[in-house]
Amino acid sequence: MNGIHDMGGMDGFGRVEPEESEPVFHGAWEGKVMAASRAMGAIGAWNIDQGRYGIEQLAPQRYLTSYYHRWLARCEWALVEYGYADADEIAAGRSLRPGKAAPRGRFTLANLDRIGNRGSYARPSSAPARFALGDRVRAKNINPKGHTRLPRYVRGHLGTVERLHGCQVFPDSAAAGEGDNPQWLYTVRFDGRDLWGADADPTLRVSVEAFEPYLEPA
Amino acid sequence: MAAMTDHHHHHHHHHDHDHGEASDLSETELRVRALQTILVEKGYADPAALDAIVETYETKIGPHIGARIVARAWTDPAFRAALLSDAAKASAPFGHDGKVGDHLVAVENTPERHNMVVCTLCSCYPWDVLGLPPVWYKSFAYRSRAVKEPRAVLREFGVSLPEQSEIRIWDSTAEVRYMVLPMRPAGTEGWSEERLAALVTRDSMIGTGLPHEPSGDRP
Repeated sequence: MNGIHDMGGMDGFGRVEPEESEPVFHGAWEGKVMAASRAMGAIGAWNIDQGRYGIEQLAPQRYLTSYYHRWLARCEWALVEYGYADADEIAAGRSLRPGKAAPRGRFTLANLDRIGNRGSYARPSSAPARFALGDRVRAKNINPKGHTRLPRYVRGHLGTVERLHGCQVFPDSAAAGEGDNPQWLYTVRFDGRDLWGADADPTLRVSVEAFEPYLEPA
Repeated sequence: MAAMTDHHHHHHHHHDHDHGEASDLSETELRVRALQTILVEKGYADPAALDAIVETYETKIGPHIGARIVARAWTDPAFRAALLSDAAKASAPFGHDGKVGDHLVAVENTPERHNMVVCTLCSCYPWDVLGLPPVWYKSFAYRSRAVKEPRAVLREFGVSLPEQSEIRIWDSTAEVRYMVLPMRPAGTEGWSEERLAALVTRDSMIGTGLPHEPSGDRP
């Protein structure tokens, strides 16, 4: 979806303001939201793409709050969307009826190791890769209403295949609950002037990770 | 200003009525308490396990992991080659519990090329080797501008690169995660890995900073 989340190249957000000696969390509630979210992911309540799509669907004015405010809103939404709680329970702040069995059970100290590092998104391929290193490709001009990971700022532009990452879970399908639908994944590099025009920084090169369905031969 | 990215600065203009910062925070805290209560009462998560997730990211997983990887790469050419060819595999011994997730890629800075990592669509970040991202990495300013005017962004970090250096931006749009292998500072010949690791800043592994220069005597 062409949402507020797709920010590459936008103007108007001001300066980047690094914070000296920044704490991991700015308030205990942020850590609690992070933990709740990660735990629900670890028990398989929703996948990472469904989680991202949940954030993208927040109204722009809610999106434009803070990172953990978005995570909180997403978590409340996803609990209801995927049947792990009802809206009246979110409003009441407590459970009013029994929970639903999650694909990987309950999150306990025994499965803390699922949190410390990421799993693999690699999947076996069902067809050979369509593109090879060095190929010129065009990012398709697509504007799906659902979740996609092809940012607007590269759509329609020519780039070069720089890396091949094997076949991986296709977010557009996984977010829609349609399974992994593995697709070849490429790093595609663009020239800054192709993306931003003739007066762009001539030393700039930008790459995105692009799944094969996002690309067509140049 | 960063007001829109940081709730702590979000309500400065609301002194006169009861939607000020304190009530906003307590409302948020109430929602968070409700969320946690529902997870626990419905049996989705043990409270001790939720606390342990927070503790893991506060005390165990952070940029010190990445700094050790960089210091090893600076001192061991075979490790450097292994890191650049398969960072997930090479980094695993440095990771929490001896693992890092798949699809980690290390990209090397050279005098000709400076690498910088961003996620324009959300805030993807190499958690396994750098911990949780700082607020600026998640900010709308960084996400919007890094792919278009990285030199201006770098100046806001106090970094100025040679005009002819290529600036290579890696937008993390899938599950591949990037860390930057910065250049080893001059004047550190013969230094131990531990001493070198202390020069490696978090920002230097994202590409918005450079490693600390060695202080004191330089050749």
